[in-house]
Amino acid sequence: MQTKRTTFSNRWLPYALLAPQVIVTLVFFIWPASQALIQSVYRQGDAFGVRPPTFVGWRNFETLLAEPQYLGSLKATFIFALGTTILSMGVALLFAVMVNRMIRSRDAYTTFMVWPYAVAPAIAGVLWWFIFNPNIGILPYVLEGIGYDWNHRASSTDAMLLIIIAAAWKQISYNFLFFLAGLQSIPHSLIEAAAIDGAGRMKRFWTIVFPLLSPVTFFLMVVNIVYAMFDTFGVIHATTEGGPSQATNILVYKVFRDGFVNLNTGSSAAQSVILMAIVIVLTVIQFRYIERRVNY
Amino acid sequence: MASIHLDNLHKVYAGGVQAVTGVSLDIKDGEMIVLVGPSGCGKSTLLRMVAGLETITSGTLKIGDRVVNNLEPAERDIAMVFQNYALYPHMTVFNNLAYGLKNRKFPSNEITRRVTEAAKMLEIDAFLDRKPRQLSGGQRQRVAMGRALVREPAAFLFDEPLSNLDAKLRVQMRVEIKQLQRRLGTTSLYVTHDQLEALTLADRLVVLNGGVIEQVGTPMEVYNKPASLFVAGFIGSPAMNMIPVEYLQAQGATLPEILPDETDLVGIRPDELSLNPPSDASLSVKGTLMLLEPAGAESHLYIHLEGSDQPIVMRVSGVPQMQEGQAIQMYTSVAALHPFNKASGRRTG
Repeated sequence: MQTKRTTFSNRWLPYALLAPQVIVTLVFFIWPASQALIQSVYRQGDAFGVRPPTFVGWRNFETLLAEPQYLGSLKATFIFALGTTILSMGVALLFAVMVNRMIRSRDAYTTFMVWPYAVAPAIAGVLWWFIFNPNIGILPYVLEGIGYDWNHRASSTDAMLLIIIAAAWKQISYNFLFFLAGLQSIPHSLIEAAAIDGAGRMKRFWTIVFPLLSPVTFFLMVVNIVYAMFDTFGVIHATTEGGPSQATNILVYKVFRDGFVNLNTGSSAAQSVILMAIVIVLTVIQFRYIERRVNY
Repeated sequence: MASIHLDNLHKVYAGGVQAVTGVSLDIKDGEMIVLVGPSGCGKSTLLRMVAGLETITSGTLKIGDRVVNNLEPAERDIAMVFQNYALYPHMTVFNNLAYGLKNRKFPSNEITRRVTEAAKMLEIDAFLDRKPRQLSGGQRQRVAMGRALVREPAAFLFDEPLSNLDAKLRVQMRVEIKQLQRRLGTTSLYVTHDQLEALTLADRLVVLNGGVIEQVGTPMEVYNKPASLFVAGFIGSPAMNMIPVEYLQAQGATLPEILPDETDLVGIRPDELSLNPPSDASLSVKGTLMLLEPAGAESHLYIHLEGSDQPIVMRVSGVPQMQEGQAIQMYTSVAALHPFNKASGRRTG
């Protein structure tokens, strides 16, 4: 393989061209990350500088992992990420399949379907907070009609459902676009061949279309898990604020609460480091397997 | 195995485009019919209507004794070979062949028997564990055929199956398809835009143009007696020369009296022209050699006729010793003339 080499007239020019990207990465990614790494092995000093920060080694992590609240948060995160991923991908796939079958108004529908993605997470949160508000919301009113007493301020299950719905709603657009593109890249003749081969509509979907979508599905699964774990702060902050009784206090939200509300920066930093490790693992999985999972 | 009857089939698309107009055709049991025509002539649409992939706007389609107009593709007992093969990329060759049988709930030992048998016949038994992407174009083509024949359907439908292959492989597969079809005796409908493929494969040829049948006949009938100007121009390569009768008369040529009165155009195949007068009644034309095009065993001479803007083509064997710009006297047998009427586009006699 031949690589193309460019010769610069000035030896500093290539560095100057690289500089903006490198500076942004250093200032906004490497520096905060290393700060978190450092803080995670220190015990926070007091606010008046009387007692300086002390080095505590793994102690922050040890306390954290022994804390029932942290384990509870881990469990909540797991349920939340799983719920959000399944709900948003399931609904998106359903919509994509339906839009893909349309002929005329496909583009119009696609445009409408993308709109939720442009809504800021906090706004989306407030929106759902209104809809599900136990006092003034429309859904609790409807649910009461069928005998369900909705109250996400008291019921952990209701609160979890609320944030899953709010977080999934926003992600449906994104998943929808990828699924639709995936569906459109499947040659129509394959579906026709399967139809001639005696496969009904459902059978065609599960034996031909769905397997051929698997690279897209796998990619979206990783993206959605990452989204649910890290990008849903706004949604939670605007709706449940981690409550009731920590039921929706997922890992990212707990980082914020412990660090900025409870001012326990050591523990907060340790939690950030654990989150960082999770992101790294997810990214590695995505890069390692996404190419291999492509089965054609 | 079955016969197929098309009775006055029409296809009008949602936008009002008339793709197929009043096509009627009786395909006998075991016959190989080739639909041929330029792109956009409705040949693929017609095939897809038979397959059940396009709805039939009006008319009746019968496979065997059943009217199948409103049946799903799967219920029509047909198998189709697609232009891009349409192999399931995530399945092995074995599963590609077995898919249709599994959907029809065949017992697994029967599936294995049929797949192995078909694979042997097509010489793809060594690749049964591979995925389609690990196969060459020719091998994929065989898998696509295998998928059609394991089902032992009433009819095979081929949609330009050879057009993605290179020239050499195309000839080889053409021969194999013909042998296979003869051996199995399955009624087949084959779509192509390649007239050579059409002539060599067909028991009967259907020439389509603009959604309408121009002519149906054996390859030699169609070649020797094209029913219309379109067929005359489409079948045969190089295409048939068309010379206005007026021009010939102006040149002082004596036209045979057997030509019907409404004839105003005569067609002459490039290989019916010769440099020497034939033994029977003949017609002669003068011209100038514009271009000599050697093509191996034969040569094509492009000849300019005085006072005519369309050159005519003549085919001779070998490479004649001639100079471009040289005057030429050509002869053709009167019996080889194809009389046409320009306005109706039809043959006159």
